[in-house]
Amino acid sequence: MRKNSLNHSLLFQGGILMLLFLLQFILPTYHHSSVSKIMLLASYAIGYNFLLGYTGLMSLGHAMFFSSGMYSMGLGIYYLELSPLNGVIFSASFSLMVSLIFGLFALRTSGVSFLIVTLMFGQTFYLSILYFNEFTFGHDGFSLAKYLGSFVIFGKEYLFSNPDIRYNFALLLLTSYLLITTFILLSPVGRILIAIRENESRTQLLGYNVFYYKLFALVLSGTFSGVAGAMHGLLFSYIGTTFAEIHHSISPLLWTLLGGAGTVIGPLFGTGIMYYLIDFISEITKNYLLVVGIVLILMIIWFPLGIMGSVRRKWLKWLP
Amino acid sequence: MSTWLNDNGPLLFLALLDGTVTAFVLALIALGLSLVFGVMRIVNVAHGELFMLGAVLSWFAFDLTNDPLWGFLTALVLAPVIVGSIAIFSDRFILRKISYHPESTIVATIGLLYVIQQLTLMFFGPEVRPVEAPFYFRIQFPWFGYSGYKLLVAGMSALCLSGVWLLMKRSKLGLYMRATQQDIEIAKTFGVPTQKIYASVFALGGGLAALAGVLVVPIRQADHLMGLEPLLLSFIVVIIGGLGSIRGTIVAAFIIGISDGIISVFYEPTLAKMLATLLVAMVLVLKPGGLYGEDQA
Amino acid sequence: MDHEEEKNASDVTRRSLLGTSAVLAGAGIVGSQLVDPVAKTAFAAGSDEPIRIGFQAHRTGIGTVYGKWYERTTNAAAKYINSIGGIAGRPVEIITEDDGTDPKRGADVVEKLATQHKVDFVYGTLFSHVVMGSAPRAGELKIPYFVVSEGYHVASGKLNRYVFQPCITDVRSQITAVSSWIFGNLGKNVTIIYPDYAFGYDHRDYASAAAAKSGGKIVAKIPIPMTEKSFTRYFIKIPQNTDVIYHVMVGPGVLTFVREMGEHFGSSHPKLFGFIDSLEGVNITSPGLGFLDGSYFWEAMPRYADGYDTIGSRFYRNAVGVNDSGASKSDPKDVSTYSHMFGCWETLFAIKEAVEQSGYKSKKDYGTLIETIEGFSFFNEGIAHPQGSKFFRGETHQGYGQQFVSQVKNGKLNVIHRTSISDGMYEPETDYRKQSL
Repeated sequence: MRKNSLNHSLLFQGGILMLLFLLQFILPTYHHSSVSKIMLLASYAIGYNFLLGYTGLMSLGHAMFFSSGMYSMGLGIYYLELSPLNGVIFSASFSLMVSLIFGLFALRTSGVSFLIVTLMFGQTFYLSILYFNEFTFGHDGFSLAKYLGSFVIFGKEYLFSNPDIRYNFALLLLTSYLLITTFILLSPVGRILIAIRENESRTQLLGYNVFYYKLFALVLSGTFSGVAGAMHGLLFSYIGTTFAEIHHSISPLLWTLLGGAGTVIGPLFGTGIMYYLIDFISEITKNYLLVVGIVLILMIIWFPLGIMGSVRRKWLKWLP
Repeated sequence: MSTWLNDNGPLLFLALLDGTVTAFVLALIALGLSLVFGVMRIVNVAHGELFMLGAVLSWFAFDLTNDPLWGFLTALVLAPVIVGSIAIFSDRFILRKISYHPESTIVATIGLLYVIQQLTLMFFGPEVRPVEAPFYFRIQFPWFGYSGYKLLVAGMSALCLSGVWLLMKRSKLGLYMRATQQDIEIAKTFGVPTQKIYASVFALGGGLAALAGVLVVPIRQADHLMGLEPLLLSFIVVIIGGLGSIRGTIVAAFIIGISDGIISVFYEPTLAKMLATLLVAMVLVLKPGGLYGEDQA
Repeated sequence: MDHEEEKNASDVTRRSLLGTSAVLAGAGIVGSQLVDPVAKTAFAAGSDEPIRIGFQAHRTGIGTVYGKWYERTTNAAAKYINSIGGIAGRPVEIITEDDGTDPKRGADVVEKLATQHKVDFVYGTLFSHVVMGSAPRAGELKIPYFVVSEGYHVASGKLNRYVFQPCITDVRSQITAVSSWIFGNLGKNVTIIYPDYAFGYDHRDYASAAAAKSGGKIVAKIPIPMTEKSFTRYFIKIPQNTDVIYHVMVGPGVLTFVREMGEHFGSSHPKLFGFIDSLEGVNITSPGLGFLDGSYFWEAMPRYADGYDTIGSRFYRNAVGVNDSGASKSDPKDVSTYSHMFGCWETLFAIKEAVEQSGYKSKKDYGTLIETIEGFSFFNEGIAHPQGSKFFRGETHQGYGQQFVSQVKNGKLNVIHRTSISDGMYEPETDYRKQSL
């Protein structure tokens, strides 16, 4: 059964990733760039989903992880003159540290208290970016474009703003997140995480140290989000507080729930649909958020498990 | 010490005065959410928008009557009724359909938030509009002046808080509400009409949010984006206070109001907000169930 | 890439400002009597393919009120330009996309306008953080990006060679221009109250610099967070010896700010000098604003028609549908953002002038177009530039105009002082022309 579902899901995800890979050759310029962005944001949502979907902890503070990755990368490159690669490594370690420290405090709580603690830490982080504005460039943010050099692949020189680089780096990030998540979930660790979501006290009684597993999920989720933030900053060269605001914490929650919390691929669908929904409706009416609101309500009434969650229940039982 | 007091006495006095008023305003805004959260165990993310609706309706009343006092009185009566009806409608056609599932409710009420906010933008516009207070007087202290209406809002808040407290403790509805809060299944077997209780609690929560909007709008202004901040603040107040505890809500409102008042008088404001936010987080980390846990409604 | 020279690019030769501004002052007087000569161009026979201008609008989010007026002004300007023969004989088409006043969506909008709508230029952004978020994308896509933001981001050298702000004076220059008037006429001891973010820091820093020059003194600096709803606690920090309160507040809390200041001080209070940004889109006779009676405001373009009555400004006011008190003609309760939106009108004309003088035909002519604009040194007052003549610096991509000081009296704003362009000048800090195209 396990082997089988691993094969199934790898095949399924592989198909989607292959489709995304091929899409880049036919997409018109604008959609090419939109899909790059969707893949980056979906990676963020996948990180988010690792916490919500598999341990049941709902966070409203993930913008903190996203922006801690983004800012540590950007400020590292700006002040320490790190290379972009070292910038990303630096941001991964920084967001790992942030999520570890955060987790040690926040995981003393659960349920709505956890929600509020994440919200509060997120706001504190946002305010501290504003407070140390001389160092962080505050509300306006800053552009990295001038400080990123070019790099060489197979003897050819590229810029980070090159659309193909953007697309394939985003795809690479998405692919690695999907693979890592799938493997962890189908491993013993993943089973314990799901057991925690389903019944925390029983898992505890079985002798597992629930705290450490939750901490692991949180740190992985935070680091994923942070690296996604760093890649966003690197490929789209703007770093600003808008990525630390509460709205940017609510977004992955919506994408995840729309796509299906607790399904590995769901966040990708949720992000893509929401992105294009807003993009499309905002051309027709300036009240596009009204339509988004109605869609959310109808969706939650008719597809409470999200898109992939409903798909899994009806057709693809093996979906991770 | 005494010279410090001489220098900072007025500051401290203002911090306490302003902090107390802020606390009462916070408690008032959070009251509806506290009730809904306590009895129904759901988080109404659209709570801030219901507050905003109260404020906006108050502006319409002011605009139509063209008289601060009559506008205020009209809004005081009509806004809670209108918003309460919207709440009943949402309960019947949205929340009941998703069986009050906690996570689904969050998504559904985020949807509701967008709908209310955008409809307001369409009919009210993007402007920030002032509403005149029903009466105006200024209290002159030796060092500075203070708005009399603000003190009235604090008083009204105290009145609402005691009203709800009495309702919970002394009325049949309150008894049903407490029973539903403690265990909905048992309440059902004892013949409590839980479906009706849920609808009334949600309507009452909405009405209180609107009432808070009407009372508070003369000391702020009305605009379609004003709902987010009160939402976050009431969230914090309710959770810190402890699930469904009105006493907790009041105590938490005072801790937050006064600490915010004092910290922001003596520190740089952004730093003050950082410290206050962190303080709230740490209270929860140390007491995950809030100050007044479960059973003390 | 060229960030080395970006970091220390201040070795620019000093311009003779005195000379330039003398010429400009002359141009202002003469120009205001004339209808803009460019406006007489007839529809030339040629390509009837429209010039497509992408408008990045704040239709939602915190910038909505400004966004609404920016859109009205833009449409009015496009209509007028088309009625006089378009740009280089080609009709103008405005394609509008909402950015939600959010930098991350702003970058997407630039992308969408450039690559999907295939516009010739992107234009019209106001909020400075949206400009900061969008400008890198414009630079990557190599599409000229004209902002109407009054931020100091363009002239500071933070952006790139594709970004221009030709027709609205940046905040550093505005402050420099009016500060000396404040210290000279209102008092020496100034307390400055400003929003706790970049826009506010510009005020704090450049007002302090101006104080040092003109013998004034900033006795207290009071930052207020953008999200603040109650202000009483800040007023108690205003020192007793304050002669003037210099306030610049933005956001929804402004009216509360004024009312609570009134409650705090009562009838005896320091003089007040404010930036009209606080009250853009707000009726000066709103309840609670009575406290402002007798106080002073900076305006970029006088809201009340009698404040600056020239042929150009009258024509412009009429074309955008604003009455003599600065409100919408169709709804007198709908007050405009008069000190900012002229920038949209003027910028479209600047684009027109740039296209016509550079012989721009299609995207491959961007290089010539940019070099042509960098060669501009001023825009003449007239219908195309109703706010007044602009001095333009090619190295910083920034335009500079005159400023106004108005006093609130009898429920309206009355202009009492007009600065000259040279009052607001400072040493350029960058030279975009050194960047590659």
